[in-house]
Order: sequence, then structure tokens, then C-alpha cells
Amino acid sequence: MNNASRVRLILLQALVLGAVVAFGAWLIHNTLTNLESRGIATGFAYLERQASFQIGETLIAFAPTDTYLRALMVGLLNTLEVAILGCVLATFLGVAIGIARLSSNWLVRTLAAVYVEAVRNVPLLLQLIVWWDVLRVSAPAPREAWLLMPGVFLSNRGLVFPLPSFTDGFHWDIPHLVGFNFAGGHTVTPEFAALLAGLVVYTAAFIAEIVRSGIAGVAKGQGEAAAALGLKPWLAMRLVILPQAKRIVIPPMIGEYLALTKNSSLAVAIGFPELMSITNTTLNQTGQAIEAITLMMVVYLGLSLATSGVLNWVNARAALQGR
Amino acid sequence: MNLSRTLTAALLAMAIVMPAWAGPTLDKVKKDGVVTCGVTTGLAGFSMADRQGKYTGIDVDTCRAIAAAVLGSADKVRFVPATAQQRFTLLQSGEIDVLTRNTTWTLTREGDLGFLFAPPNYFDGQGFMVAKKAGVKSAKELDGATVCVQPGTTTELNLADYFRTNKMTFKPLVIEKLDEVENAFFAGRCDAYSTDRSGLASSRAGKAPNPDDYVILPEVISKEPLAPAVRQGDDEWFDIVKWTIFAMIDAEEKGVTSKNLDDMKKSDDPEIQRMLGVVPGMGKSLHIGEDWGYNIVKQVGNYGEVFDRNVGPASPLKLDRGINALWNKGGLMYAMPIR
Ligand SMILES: N[C@@H](CCC(=O)N[C@@H](CS)C(=O)NCC(=O)O)C(=O)O
Repeated sequence: MNNASRVRLILLQALVLGAVVAFGAWLIHNTLTNLESRGIATGFAYLERQASFQIGETLIAFAPTDTYLRALMVGLLNTLEVAILGCVLATFLGVAIGIARLSSNWLVRTLAAVYVEAVRNVPLLLQLIVWWDVLRVSAPAPREAWLLMPGVFLSNRGLVFPLPSFTDGFHWDIPHLVGFNFAGGHTVTPEFAALLAGLVVYTAAFIAEIVRSGIAGVAKGQGEAAAALGLKPWLAMRLVILPQAKRIVIPPMIGEYLALTKNSSLAVAIGFPELMSITNTTLNQTGQAIEAITLMMVVYLGLSLATSGVLNWVNARAALQGR
Repeated sequence: MNLSRTLTAALLAMAIVMPAWAGPTLDKVKKDGVVTCGVTTGLAGFSMADRQGKYTGIDVDTCRAIAAAVLGSADKVRFVPATAQQRFTLLQSGEIDVLTRNTTWTLTREGDLGFLFAPPNYFDGQGFMVAKKAGVKSAKELDGATVCVQPGTTTELNLADYFRTNKMTFKPLVIEKLDEVENAFFAGRCDAYSTDRSGLASSRAGKAPNPDDYVILPEVISKEPLAPAVRQGDDEWFDIVKWTIFAMIDAEEKGVTSKNLDDMKKSDDPEIQRMLGVVPGMGKSLHIGEDWGYNIVKQVGNYGEVFDRNVGPASPLKLDRGINALWNKGGLMYAMPIR
């Protein structure tokens, strides 16, 4: 390419970029003017204002006198909690079922296939509500809670168990009934349990399919060679097949982890206060829908990029080790 | 649900990004021949669709009265059901013309959300409902309770205020859909369910497996003036909504009902004559037909009729008039002069 046409190309690109930026600025300007002319509040100053609502489950201390920003942090941490636990558990379950689908035992193979088909074809929202109903309805009220082990109670308020406490020296913080509910210890609420169970069971079905095709994608000769070397089938699976399947499996797994994280926002239906739920409340109390939704999208995008980043790195390492 | 939230936000963004705001609401309503109102997804007495899709309720009647005033027919209405969460974006984005959905009139909803509230069609207050077998007699005994609540409501905020000022703790269980909130509460997941007391009465009458197993506690922890809302910046439309409510109240005060209306047309009370358009002028001032007041009372009824039919002692909700009585009968219902 000669110099003149290169300059022209650069100019053209600058022009297009300029137009895009100008259009974006026009959109933002218009939005702000129109919001103002309609008396709708704008800007992110609301984040510093007092939230004035209470949150049922928090990993960090939270009171209604804290800010909206802190409320959103509480929501984000709850999202992360269920997403991380969910991804780990779904991976274990998914790999197990994926392997089971290739089992030489007819019953195991068929059960695994039925699981995958059934779970993938029922909408996740419905599954969450069913889990939640089951967990709520099958357990008794707190005053009639089942004592599972000393200090461990199951009721329709969830599972409470003792926690070690290190204030004033070591002792166990043992749950006990006060008025309506249990105080002390740690509670796994039906909402959290239903969300986690629902996400794990659902995502595992997809992971199982990925694992199955990953294993199927490892050349058949590899399994036969391992058998010829005298490796027992499960050792052949662990030492020869799975490490090679890993390379095929990791890229599509990234998609499943992202899906699980995003699906956790369905929790608004069953009352677990994750990011979406807190955003909803914030949005409605402040009326700043555009800001609140933008913020939430940025956070989910950040989570997605971070997850992909980590897994791509893992993938690159797995791919390198191979040959 | 996710998707619909994102879509509404996108819609709002789109409506707002466009330079000019589509003309005044009245023109649009006349052109379309229909008034579009935001209502609940189903709260008996306020707005509820039956199997045939026919809506009834005090908020539904408010919407119908607006249509009667503007379009001459109470049936020229379209209802858009919305959870507490969805209602405000619907109004902001212009998808509905008026929000008639047991919505509390507050400062921030006018100042930050960009709305204006017409006079309340029901004065309420927040309360608690508990299972009778819990043996709770007062809200002051709710320390440590789990409380079921819908998000995006004043309820959520009042709860935090109430427990804080009374030095008690509680855990909110926040669920978006009313049906699911009710299911959770009646299944015993929460110790108490909190919302406007009219809402409690409605849930108990309509959704409780056995209404007698539940009690509404005596405490009223807030003021909840439930009122229709419109967007700021369209004063003509705001006036119409406002005076529709006043006309219904005034009709009751003057003893004009849907039954005696045609006789009342012959009344020589000047206020009645103005309201019913016998002496013209009021319709013109509102930029609508002179028979607006007549149509409201004829097709929907006066405030008292609407109250009795939907939430009064003869309805399943069995609510007393209480503070919703006329001002000259010890209540708060007071219409400004139609003149
Ligand atoms: N008046 C309160 C609460 C209004 C509200 O949304 N109440 C609930 C519970 S009674 C309701 O009507 N839900 C019906 C629905 O979500 O469709 C407010 O304006 O924030």
C-alpha cells in the first residue's frame, strides 16, 4: 500500500471513530436533558445516600443506615458466593454424570441420560421454584424443628448449625430458639439452598454433555493403548483420557460458568438477595433505572470477563502441556 | 423476568433518548380511543382480572372513570398488570397513561421519579399479618421475626424504620411476585407478612387456605395514601385525572349516585348542575366533553358506591370506611369545589 492510501485509510478510520463518539455523546446528552425535563433524577450520587432498607442475608455487616453502594456490595458478594460454590459443585456433579453417560453399565448409562434430558428441558425458573417449595414445605416450623445432630436443626427457616467463635477465647456459637427463630450459629436459608441446588443440578446437565463429548473426542486408540498397558478402566480414565479431554472441555465450560453466574439473577423469584434483587430495590426506591441497570450490566460484564480470563489462562496452560 | 426487566429499561432508555416527548397524553388517548392504566398483577378489591379477563377493583374503577370522563365510555380502557417493581418504569417510559395501582404518594416519587399524584382514592397504612397460632398480639412482639415483603415498595422502607425505632431486629424475605410472597407466608416461611392493611385484608380473604387462621395486628406503622400517578410535564392530563377523583367524591357528598343520576340532572343545586354538565363550562375548562361528570357517575358510580362494591363491608375484604369516609362524616375524602 502506498503512503497516500495509508493516510486516507487512517483518516477514514478517525472519521468513523469520531462519528461514533459524537453519536454516543449526542445520545447521552439527550438522555440527560430529557430525564431532567421530565423531573427524573440522574447521576450516581444516589450511591452515597442512605439505603433505608434491610437485607435478609449478608456476608458483611449491613444496616438500613448504610449506603446504596454498600447494599450493592452485599448483593454482589451474595452473587459471588452462590456463583463460586455453584460452579465448583456443578463441575463435580457434571463430570460424574458425563462419565456415567459413557458407562458400560446399562442402568447407570440410562439414568444419566434421563437426568440430562429431563433437567435440560425444564425451565430453570420452574426448577428453582420447585426446589424452594420442597425445601419450605417438607420441613417443620422452627418450634418443631428437627434435631439432626446436637446443635444442628432443620426447619422451614433453613438449616442451622454451630459455628466456632473466637471472641473471648474459643467456643462454639450454638444455635438456640429465641422467640420465633433460631439465634446464633450459621443458617443456610431455604432460598440460598434452593438457588444453589437449582443452579448446580441444571448446569451439571450441560457440563455432563460437554464432558461426554470431550471424552468421546479423545482418540479411541488412547483408551485401547491404556488398556493394553494393563491400566484398570478407572485409572485409564483418570490418567489418560480425562487429562486429554480437559483440553476439549475447558472452552465450552467457560460458557457454562458464565451462564450459571448470570442465571443466579433468577433468585429474585425466590427471595435470595443477590445483585439483581438489590438492584431492583435500589432502582425502584431511587427511580434511577438507567444508572442502576448500567451499573449491574457493568458488574456482570466484569464478572464474565474475569471468569473467561482465568479459564482462558488455564486453557492455555492445558493446551501447552499436551504436546 | 430478567428479560422483561432489561426490556423495560431499554424501552425507557429509548423513550428518553428520543429528542421530543410524544405530544400531550390527552391527544394520544383520544387518538387511540383508549386509556392505558397500570394495575396490580392481582389484588382483589384493588385490581384483579377474572377468568374472562374482566378487571374489577377500586383502582380499576378509577381508571374506568378517567376513560368515562375523557372518551365517554368506561370500557375504553386497557390494563397493564405490573408488580411493585415494574410499575414506575412503565409510567416513566410512557407505556401507560396513568398508574392506578395502590401506589403510595411520597416525596421522592414526585421529586426523583418525575411523577405527580392525584388525590388518593384510598387512605391506608402499613400493618402486619401473622398466623393466629403464633399467639402474637402486637407488632411490638415481632423482635427477631422473618417478614415477607415485596420489593420496590414503601413497605420495605417502613419495615426498616419501624424495627429500628423500636430497637428490634428482623429479617426481610424479599420476593418479587405477590403470589410467591403469599405462598411463602401461608406456608409458614415467614412469621409475618407486611404491606398496606388493605392488601393484607385482600390476601387473607382471597389467598389464605383458611382466612380465620390469620390475624392482622392492631398497629398501623405508616401513612399510605394510595393515589393515581401521572408523569410530570403534562398539566392538562394531570388536571383530568385529579378532577375525575374529585368528581367521584363530590358526587357522593351531593348524594348523586349512578341510580338517581337522571333525576339529579333536574336538581337546582348549582354545583350538581356544573358537575353533570347541565350548566356547561367545566368540561371545557378540562378540555374534555361537558358530560364528563355525568359519564363518570353513570358508568362507574360515586366514590361511596365504588368503595362499597370493591372493598366495603359487603365485599370479601370487609373494610370499614374509616378514614376514607367523607370529610363531613369524619373522614379525609374532600373534593375541591367544582366551579
Ligand atoms: N403502597 C405501597 C405498596 C404497594 C404494593 O405494591 N403492594 C403490594 C402488596 S399489597 C401489591 O399490591 N402487589 C400486587 C402485585 O405485585 O401485583 C407502595 O406504593 O409502595
